[in-house]
Amino acid sequence: MLYNSRGTLMQSFMPSRTGAVIEAGSERPGLVPEPALPAPGPSGEPSASPGLPAKGIATLAALALSAGAASTVLAQEAVGTTETAAAAAASVIEAAPALVGADLAWLSTATVLVLLMVMPGLALFYGGMVRSKNMLSTLLQVTATFCLAIVLWFVYGYSLAFTEGNAIFGGSGKLFLNGLFQAGTGEFALSGSVPELSFAAFQATFAGITCALIVGSIAERARFSAVLLFTAIWFTFAYIPAAHMVWYVSDDVSGLVAQWGALDFAGGTVVHINAGVAGLVGSYVIGKRLGYGKEALKPHNLPMTMIGASLLWVGWFGFNAGSALAANNTAALAFINTLIATAGAVLAWLFTEWLVKGKPSMLGAASGAVAGLVGITPAAGFVGPGGALAIGIAAGAICVWGVNGLKRLLRADDSLDVFGVHGVGGIVGALLTGVFAAPWLGGTGAGDASMLAQVWIQLEGILLTVAWSAIVAWIAYKIADATFGLRMSEEDERQGLDIASHGESAYQS
Amino acid sequence: MKLIIAIIKPFKLDEVREALSGVGVQGVTVTEIKGFGRQKGHTELYRGAEYVVDFLPKVKLEVALADDLVEQAVEAIESSARTGKIGDGKIFVCPLEQIIRIRTGESGVDAL
Repeated sequence: MLYNSRGTLMQSFMPSRTGAVIEAGSERPGLVPEPALPAPGPSGEPSASPGLPAKGIATLAALALSAGAASTVLAQEAVGTTETAAAAAASVIEAAPALVGADLAWLSTATVLVLLMVMPGLALFYGGMVRSKNMLSTLLQVTATFCLAIVLWFVYGYSLAFTEGNAIFGGSGKLFLNGLFQAGTGEFALSGSVPELSFAAFQATFAGITCALIVGSIAERARFSAVLLFTAIWFTFAYIPAAHMVWYVSDDVSGLVAQWGALDFAGGTVVHINAGVAGLVGSYVIGKRLGYGKEALKPHNLPMTMIGASLLWVGWFGFNAGSALAANNTAALAFINTLIATAGAVLAWLFTEWLVKGKPSMLGAASGAVAGLVGITPAAGFVGPGGALAIGIAAGAICVWGVNGLKRLLRADDSLDVFGVHGVGGIVGALLTGVFAAPWLGGTGAGDASMLAQVWIQLEGILLTVAWSAIVAWIAYKIADATFGLRMSEEDERQGLDIASHGESAYQS
Repeated sequence: MKLIIAIIKPFKLDEVREALSGVGVQGVTVTEIKGFGRQKGHTELYRGAEYVVDFLPKVKLEVALADDLVEQAVEAIESSARTGKIGDGKIFVCPLEQIIRIRTGESGVDAL
């Protein structure tokens, strides 16, 4: 199997006649024949040979019907010989890029799925793990930071992340999504095969979830106003440059990490390592919760955590498979990988816990699912299902250490283990992406780099993200602390943030 | 008159209630409580955090009785609440000075 520059799966084993359609498909992902299509076999279908045009057209038309309306047109143009089919395909390649309905439908669905990850997925996942007196505060901090990031994304985030600038920041050309939609003429800018507005919306949810992830580290004690101020600063100076550095690719000045050639399919570094590190720094700056290590700070509702983890998993199909940005083969690959890696990680966490701690736990299964999802995120479109299983198992097992041995080593009260799961899982996933992207391990290949070289590039990307996020986060927390006070008073913390900060309580007793 | 306070295992509540009815007890007050005694608690593990849970859930019964019923009632609670394992609970018998029925103002044994 070969992959073209957009990561689209190409089927080199197909005969040259259908190859014409595939060529067109490789330019326009919506046209790629799905692997499920019956490949013309040597015995069953003599019509597959170019010498029999009449039946050949029928087969071509059947293929095209399955592949979408646009290619049906192509097939009708291809009446006659295979030469005309090839010519028609060539004309499609030269034509201006067009909107593909299937891609738009999938990307819109994927965007909503990422929203589902945050609200209520992440909110419930986190909310179940805090004490009942801090339930609403946790739900609200997730919700509000997500919304703040979305609004800032609209105002300047998208422009600074996804327009041409330098290797670290983009430019100001698309502030307020300027140019994506011309009100006067009714014209919509395209990004690949979808309206650029859709791409901006999809990316907005990524910025939102990254900011929302961080609040888990400082949960149960952070002042709401300080959390918002921190989010605005960190989003601007850590998330935006990370997204630009890793994901902005252009002919002139690509992002720094993209120039190095680091692979990050759906945000292992940009989202998870980034948020995990910011969270860890936060848990140092804000200090441990009252009673940490003395009182029992138990999760108040693990069934909600289980529901949240399940919704995260569901939504993550949008996060990973949506990152193909089209309804194509890469999306299918990312989809199956998101399923397999996560199941492997749940089992890996459970068995590790069972072996080391004596009992497999529900919280462990929920945590394992998230660890596996984080682990497969950077790899989803670059590794095969076998590699995905290996990454999932590794992430699941290593993150058990992340929330035990490593946590004790770090001596920080990272309340909901954002670093232990997202940071550690993200690092494991990013490194192993370099390993399992290798074609001989079932991956799609990583440019020209050897496996060792690719792992080294991945490591450079990780180190840059860790250092960048940590420094920006530390400064942002200090500013928020000086402005509003990062931490609630001792009395308010004892009472619970629901009543102290928000004047409401989750449960009536 | 006596007040019997009994701490029992929660799942024994229905049996104890039936046994008390059987000896002619007219009313019981039940409270869900927590406490510790000789029965060991358990540990709970949430990711890296391990907590020892000392206080175990129990049920407290309060029964006010005329003196002549006390022995039978104690016997009924004892036999119905017993499992033979540590943590079956305790029975306290205390003297009771006065009882008043709020509706009628009756007092003493008449208020039972």
